[in-house]
Amino acid sequence: MSTAWVAALIGLADDHLILGHRLSEWCGHAPMLEEDLAMPNIALDLIGQARGLYTYAGELEGAGRDEDALAFGRLERAYRNLLICELPNGDFAQTMLRQFYFASFMHLFWQKVERSTDTTLAAIAAKAVKEAQYHRRHCAEWVVRLGDGTDESARRMHEAVTLLAPYTGEFFIADPEASGAVAAGVLPQIQTLQPAWQADVEQVFAAAKLALPQAVYAQKGGRRGLHTEAMGHLLAQLQFMQRSFPDMTW
Amino acid sequence: MSETEEIPLWEVFIRPRNGLAHRHCGSLHAADAEMALQAARDVYTRRGEGLSVWVIPSAQIVASDPQDRDALFDPADDKIYRHPSFYNIPDDVGHM
Repeated sequence: MSTAWVAALIGLADDHLILGHRLSEWCGHAPMLEEDLAMPNIALDLIGQARGLYTYAGELEGAGRDEDALAFGRLERAYRNLLICELPNGDFAQTMLRQFYFASFMHLFWQKVERSTDTTLAAIAAKAVKEAQYHRRHCAEWVVRLGDGTDESARRMHEAVTLLAPYTGEFFIADPEASGAVAAGVLPQIQTLQPAWQADVEQVFAAAKLALPQAVYAQKGGRRGLHTEAMGHLLAQLQFMQRSFPDMTW
Repeated sequence: MSETEEIPLWEVFIRPRNGLAHRHCGSLHAADAEMALQAARDVYTRRGEGLSVWVIPSAQIVASDPQDRDALFDPADDKIYRHPSFYNIPDDVGHM
C-alpha cells in the first residue's frame, strides 16, 4: 500500500473534523430543540468520518501518529481543509447553506469512493454515503424553506448565497497530493463531480426561489495550509485540552 | 419561544421491528410533514430505535373528553366475563 496519498487523506479528514467542529458550536444554541439535536447529529457523523480517515492515514503513514495526534497535534499550516469548512457559522441560513453545499458534494464524492480500488476507503465510503445522503436531504429542505419562507429568511438566505459564493470553487480544484491516488483509482478525479453538484444546487435553488450566485473569484489555499483568520481561533478551542493535558483521556 | 409556538405540533409513531405495530413515542414541532419526518428521525431514532416512522399533525387527533371518562369506561369494570380468564391452558402451550 502506497503512502503517496497520505496527505490527501489527511486533507479529506481535516474537512470533516473542522466542519464537524464548526457545526458542534451550534449545540445548545439552535433555534429550536429539534434542530439542536439534528445539527450535532450531523456534526457527530462528520467527526466519525474524520476519525476513520485519520486512523487509516496514520496507518498508511507508518510514523506512529494516531487519530488524536493528527486531529489535535498539528500546527495551523499543517491542516489541509477546504476554506469553506472553517468559516464562522454566521446565522442559521449561512450554516445550512454551507452544510448543503458540502453534503451535496460529499454525497457525490463518497458514491465514487464506494468503488475505490482501496477496500478500506471503500468501506469508509459505504457508511459515509448514507450519512451524507441524509445530511444533504435535511439541509436542502432548510435551504428551500428559508429561501422561499418569510421576508427575513429569504433575505438572510440571499446574503448567505453571496457570502459563500467565493468558497465553493475550491471543492473542484484538484489536490496535487491526490494525483497518485486518482491515477490508482483510489480517489475520484474531483473535477468530474462538478456538473452533478451544479445540477443539484440549481434544482434546490429553483425550489427555494433563490438566484444562483454570480461567478466570482474562487478563494483557495486550504489544501496548501493557507487559512482564513478564523482558523487559528477555531484551533485554539479545538486543541486546548490536548495541548494543556497531552494524551489525556476521559 | 414565541416562534416555536406558531410552528405546528406533530405526534411521532415508531415501529421498532418488522411485525410490530407503530407505537406513539412523543411529539415535536415542525413546519411541515417532510421536516416533521426528519425531526422525528433525529429526535427519536438516534439509538437505533426504529425501522419506520409515522408523523401525524397533533391537531388531526380526535380525543375523548376527560369529562366523559365515567360514562365511556366505567361500564366495562363489572363485566369480568369479557376477560378470557376462565380457560385452563394446557402446560404444553407454554407462555401466552
